[in-house]
Amino acid sequence: MLERYVTAASTYAHSIDHLFILIAAIVGFWLLAAEGMMFGLIFKFRARDGRPTQYITGEEPRLKRWISIPHYIIIVCDIVIVAAAITVWYDIKQVMPPADQTVRVIGQQWAWSFQQPGPDGVLDTADDIRTVGEMHVLVNTTYRFELLSRDVVHSFAVPAFRLKQDALPGRTISGWFRPNRVGTYDIQCTQMCGIGHALMAGRIIVETPQDHAAWLLRNSNPVVARQQAPPAPTAGDGSTTIAELRR
Amino acid sequence: MSTQVEHAEPGFFRKYLWSTDHKMIAMQYMFTGMAMAMIGGYFAYAFRMQLGFPNQYVPGYGIVTPGRYNALVTMHGSIMIFWVAMPVLIAAFGNFLIPLMVGCDDMAFPRINRLSYQIFLLSALVLLSSFLVKGGPFGGAWTAYPPLSASGAYNLTPIGATLWLLAVALEFVAFLLGGINFTVTAMNSRAPGMKMYDIPILIWMIILANIIFMASVGPLIAGAVMLLFDQTLSTGFYDPTRGGDPLLWQHLFWFFGHPEVYVVLLPAMGIIAEIIAVFARKKIFGYKTVLYTTWAVGFLSFVVWAHHQFVAGIDPRMANIFSVTTLLISVPITEMVFLYIATLYGGSIHLDTPMLWALAFIAEFMIGGVTGIFLGSSGTDIYLHDTYFLIAHFHYTFVPIAIIAVYAGLTFWYPKMFGRMLNETLGKIHFWGTIIPFNVIFIPLFITGIAGDQRRVYNYAQFAEQSRPALQHLRTTSTIALLFMLAFQLVFLFNFFWSLRDGNAAGANPWRSTTLEWTVPSPPPHGNFAEMPTVYRGPYEYGLPGRSDDFLPQNVPD
Repeated sequence: MLERYVTAASTYAHSIDHLFILIAAIVGFWLLAAEGMMFGLIFKFRARDGRPTQYITGEEPRLKRWISIPHYIIIVCDIVIVAAAITVWYDIKQVMPPADQTVRVIGQQWAWSFQQPGPDGVLDTADDIRTVGEMHVLVNTTYRFELLSRDVVHSFAVPAFRLKQDALPGRTISGWFRPNRVGTYDIQCTQMCGIGHALMAGRIIVETPQDHAAWLLRNSNPVVARQQAPPAPTAGDGSTTIAELRR
Repeated sequence: MSTQVEHAEPGFFRKYLWSTDHKMIAMQYMFTGMAMAMIGGYFAYAFRMQLGFPNQYVPGYGIVTPGRYNALVTMHGSIMIFWVAMPVLIAAFGNFLIPLMVGCDDMAFPRINRLSYQIFLLSALVLLSSFLVKGGPFGGAWTAYPPLSASGAYNLTPIGATLWLLAVALEFVAFLLGGINFTVTAMNSRAPGMKMYDIPILIWMIILANIIFMASVGPLIAGAVMLLFDQTLSTGFYDPTRGGDPLLWQHLFWFFGHPEVYVVLLPAMGIIAEIIAVFARKKIFGYKTVLYTTWAVGFLSFVVWAHHQFVAGIDPRMANIFSVTTLLISVPITEMVFLYIATLYGGSIHLDTPMLWALAFIAEFMIGGVTGIFLGSSGTDIYLHDTYFLIAHFHYTFVPIAIIAVYAGLTFWYPKMFGRMLNETLGKIHFWGTIIPFNVIFIPLFITGIAGDQRRVYNYAQFAEQSRPALQHLRTTSTIALLFMLAFQLVFLFNFFWSLRDGNAAGANPWRSTTLEWTVPSPPPHGNFAEMPTVYRGPYEYGLPGRSDDFLPQNVPD
């Protein structure tokens, strides 16, 4: 259902989408049942000359069942929804799968900047790649992110990944994602952060291993890169995937 | 209008501006609330035009710049909650109806009541004055999260932010005074014979709303004082570089902010209960069960606040607890709605304008209720948090509360307030002209939210996925529907003022209702009751078997 409107490009996107469908089915049933009951009663008991009103207090066991039975079924429905919601939440927010790489995401008025390991694969070394507004990641790789803010509260959101996490000044918040579809996706800030809030856009570019290696090479410190990286493939500088997305 | 008490007619000033009469104070709150609603509606017009027709000149406003856009959405939210829903639902209806429905001559503390309105008026003027200061009004969202709200360097509206905070604090003072007054009046000034379970549901709901308000607002007042100090004295309560914590404000704000939802919901539910009973000619189905569900809602409303903060950086394990409590609160609310629907069973339903509004409230509020489940479930909230899905969800709760229930109450008690009937035909035109556009405004926003539109963004040009033409069509549809909805409000204004003079005379009890306010003349004289009433039964005795009349008022002896 969600995928009709927004691409699913991370491993947990589908679990959120499935939870959405489960809730939609349950609450949709109750909404239709209740609205149907209400309009049915309005029609059936519309004012008619000569038809007296029934005197009902709501204490009659025969009629009370119409409230108490749905009441218990709704509790069961709530338990189902809560269990499913917590399962999804637990996998996304509470546990950290073994990460292939760690990246740093920094929010500030009004841009996202990124610090990624260079060819050595280790963060906070001399060959780190720092970018603004654009993050290049490798498909089918588990990323652990460290989220920071330099000033006010921001929220790091990638709709295609179903990822959202506020960035707070003064603390580092960790999370993870594993992109599983090549392409270019929007990064939003979803927390009011001042007059430039609407300009705080970024792109996350999920690349094939080949493209990603090329990007790494282009952006690395040349000395370090020459020592560590294989010769760059000439084709596939990522532009094809962007073009493909903008189809 | 002759009264039983002889005294000199007070002058204009003492009668309209310095009155201690609960009915006059109710009118002051009502007209101030309506004026603020027009301002809040105008802001919605301006920012929806920007979203529907990006970067074009907005007739009657001008160009909506990013800074102005932020101020417009911030002020729209603040005004509609604090200066429309609260004054109209609690203060106006509460002031007008509590003494009349419990059978006493005035509030327990009439001068505190007057002070409450005066402070409220001051708060509204302080808020509006922020439009005149350098930098303009505050634009950091109605939730005012620090550090953005704490520092002029971040929000660029140093004076506006402080004025906003002062206005909100003054508004809380006004409602604390009012809350004490309402609660004491309903508990101590009831007519002889009116036992706890003979109190009309509306009065119960207003009292519980006031108790919830008074119990939840304290932490936020403390939080607001700390924020004020951060803004003006450079303290660091919310500044992490100086040992503070921005999350503290979020907890204090939402510890109040979520109960606040029920503070305005309960009076609305009360209004609907009164109207459904009258127009279905039925006793409320399970009066006591309605009260028990209300108490359950009131209690649970204090333990759900962090569902606003699932992705705010709180310990993720906390989200599980708050998911459970949030879904739990759906149980009593659902039950309350079911009881209202069950009241229709076996009735004789008259679809006059107040009843149309009341039924529309239930039909629309249920949509708001079920969509809340998506957001209360932590798993889906990761995606839907701060999207237009959330906007559509809470407008499906707040529009029924602050607009639909208010119109239900106004059309129902208008005859009592002003002694004249509203025009039914105009009332129905206004009803359909409001309800249909309302749905056309917000159903598209559910879809744009599902598609990822984040809130508080004046223009989606920077976001490739949100710039798709299909989504822009939905936004434009929503804006055009808003124009229709606003236009149809003129029908109501015309009906309201035309009927003041030219409406049919109402008589004391035009709807053939059972509660005490309908036993006095319309409009009620100073002192309300010529002879203080005695109560013999509960408030909803309709369709009693073996009687020629289908209703038995509370004050008629057996």
